[in-house]
Amino acid sequence: MKHDMIERNLGLMLVLVMLAISVGGLVEIVPLFFIKDTIETVKTADGKEMIRPYSPLELRGRDIYIREGCYLCHSQMIRPFRDEALRYGHYSLAAESKYDHPFQWGSKRTGPDLARVGGKYSNDWHVQHLNAPRSMVPESVMPNYPWLLTTPLDTSDVGQRMAALRVTGVPYSASKAEYDQNVKTFGEDVAKTLHIPDAEKNLIAQAQTGNYDNNPNDVTEMDAVVAYLQVLGTMVDFKKFDDDYFVQFR
Amino acid sequence: MATSSVVANEQYNYDIVRKFTIMTLVWGVVGMLVGVFIASELAFPFLNFDIPYITFGRLRPVHTGAVIFGFGGSALFATTYYIVQRTCQARLFGGSGLANFTFWGWQGIIVLAALGDVLGFSQGREYAEMEWPIDLLIEVVWVAYIVVFVGTVMRRKQPHIYVANWFFLAFMLATALLHTFNNMAIPVSLTKSYPLFAGAQDAMTQWWYGHNAVGFFLTAAFLGMMYYFVPKQAGRPVYSYRLSIVHFWALIFLYMWAGTHHLHWTAIPDWTSTLAATFSIMLLLPSWGGMINGIMTLSGSWDKLRTDPVMRFLIVALSFYGMSTFEGPMMSLKDVNALSHYTDWTIGHVHSGALGWVAMITFGALYHLIPRLWNNEVHSQKLINVHFWLATIGILLYITAMWISGIMQGLMWRAFDDFGNLQYSFVETVAAMHPFYVMRALGGVFFLSGMVIMCFNMYKTISQGSTEPQGKLAAA
Repeated sequence: MKHDMIERNLGLMLVLVMLAISVGGLVEIVPLFFIKDTIETVKTADGKEMIRPYSPLELRGRDIYIREGCYLCHSQMIRPFRDEALRYGHYSLAAESKYDHPFQWGSKRTGPDLARVGGKYSNDWHVQHLNAPRSMVPESVMPNYPWLLTTPLDTSDVGQRMAALRVTGVPYSASKAEYDQNVKTFGEDVAKTLHIPDAEKNLIAQAQTGNYDNNPNDVTEMDAVVAYLQVLGTMVDFKKFDDDYFVQFR
Repeated sequence: MATSSVVANEQYNYDIVRKFTIMTLVWGVVGMLVGVFIASELAFPFLNFDIPYITFGRLRPVHTGAVIFGFGGSALFATTYYIVQRTCQARLFGGSGLANFTFWGWQGIIVLAALGDVLGFSQGREYAEMEWPIDLLIEVVWVAYIVVFVGTVMRRKQPHIYVANWFFLAFMLATALLHTFNNMAIPVSLTKSYPLFAGAQDAMTQWWYGHNAVGFFLTAAFLGMMYYFVPKQAGRPVYSYRLSIVHFWALIFLYMWAGTHHLHWTAIPDWTSTLAATFSIMLLLPSWGGMINGIMTLSGSWDKLRTDPVMRFLIVALSFYGMSTFEGPMMSLKDVNALSHYTDWTIGHVHSGALGWVAMITFGALYHLIPRLWNNEVHSQKLINVHFWLATIGILLYITAMWISGIMQGLMWRAFDDFGNLQYSFVETVAAMHPFYVMRALGGVFFLSGMVIMCFNMYKTISQGSTEPQGKLAAA
């Protein structure tokens, strides 16, 4: 076929261009929704899923993390290198972000990776650091986020947010049947936090019990952000797995 | 150099081209100014001033949105509307109404996106931070754009579709495809939604979008621009017709496979990563095919590089295009990427493409276009020259700073002491980058000053020009 023919025929050119630009995505992306090994199986000895959806408070913290554009300077993806293992911990699993809509792996580390920042510092450290980073780390170039401590968290629509995520496939429960399923999958303690009708109540309870911002009287955006940071990378207990268990999925 | 007016008759819709041309200049200044500011924030963090709306995290999408979609997008609307009419010898399809709709629609999108960014309404997706109502608006305007373009090509007076229009067609279709699939989301409210995909699949979708936004919006489309303005300005035909065919099809086919190289060593299946690296290496060939075809078009009139400052912009743009499309495949090698990823090297690479290629080819095209659209000689050839050198020095400062800080930080992260412990804490690497962040901001200041000088020069040219159709004799 002579190229001349395509140049004279707009319809033919349209079709051929569409074909040419569709192949790459079809081959590389679409199969990942169907190949089971893409996401690792991570279960406890008694068959419960270790990785759970975020609690209402953590979810709101994550929303604020996205609102402030934290992902533009912090990755959440530890690569399988010796230096990253020493600095950050076990390399990240795909399963660890399977409920992340959107993923927050990031593309730039102006600040350090946060995939396993949970439990690394105290709540007080995070509050002080978010409020005034250079008071803790003088060389830091991170902006101050003083409004997190003073802005009350809007808790009113957390149920709607969880309902939207439920549509995308995150197992937040809207009915008794779904709740019972979650009890089987995650255990009762976790299942309770995933129940949409109790979302606001659960959120306030976690903020008050956790007391993340050192002020038990109100729920601020700081409570939510610190709760989110403290859960990052803590769901999988790597001591429960053989060293080469996760390699089979890569 | 004398420039012949194209305003001579109203065979074509130049009004829409003028509108987009002016907004290209406006968004250029705005986007680059924000860029210089956020670069300064990284060097001097007090500049965040504890004001939520101007923190780095919220202004960075304003910068990328204003330069990619405001500056680059307006430049593409202007030049595609100009080129498609002249190469098809047909007035824009859909009348001035549909064209004006794309203008006001697109400008509205850029403004709304910037407002959304500073207010913190974000999807959390790089280069696609806009929330779903803006995404829908983009969809509508983009379809109108395709209708205008395709309709005009259908009206063409000669049987062949000119090569620039192949690239524009691929750019428009690919952008529609990428935008649609990357922005699928479930809304919570007008200002909040959650993307449909999660984790690894979402990452693959995002970088399929992110990489090909570069591949089609910032490369294929600007190659189309190059295929019109380089031959025009040089007064010579395109170097090789055969090369243009081969590199066009290879480029649009291969680009779509390469996005996954943004995710090397992450939690995606290894085979996708390997496939992407392989295709990225192959991508070097069609990329350089375009560069060679552009530069060799000048073959036989190399003296123009000395005498014609517009030509200098176009050729230097192609040189930076060649350089960054060599650097890209190199960085897509897994071993290189292990060092470069997450560092400033990536930022430097992006800017050698964005400033060196996209902005420089746009400047060249606008310097060619504006005198013709407003029927006037350029106010000052000397200022074009000043702009050229400010821009070139700015780019060199920028990418040199980012090479040093990126490679240095990558090496510091993986340095071990004699006992096998990490040699540097993270924050030591941050401190080491400070001088290069200052240097980068300075490079940005150079580039921005060139842009401001261009605006002054073009303001003078436009205000003393005229858009009135000339006498019948001149038209012939």
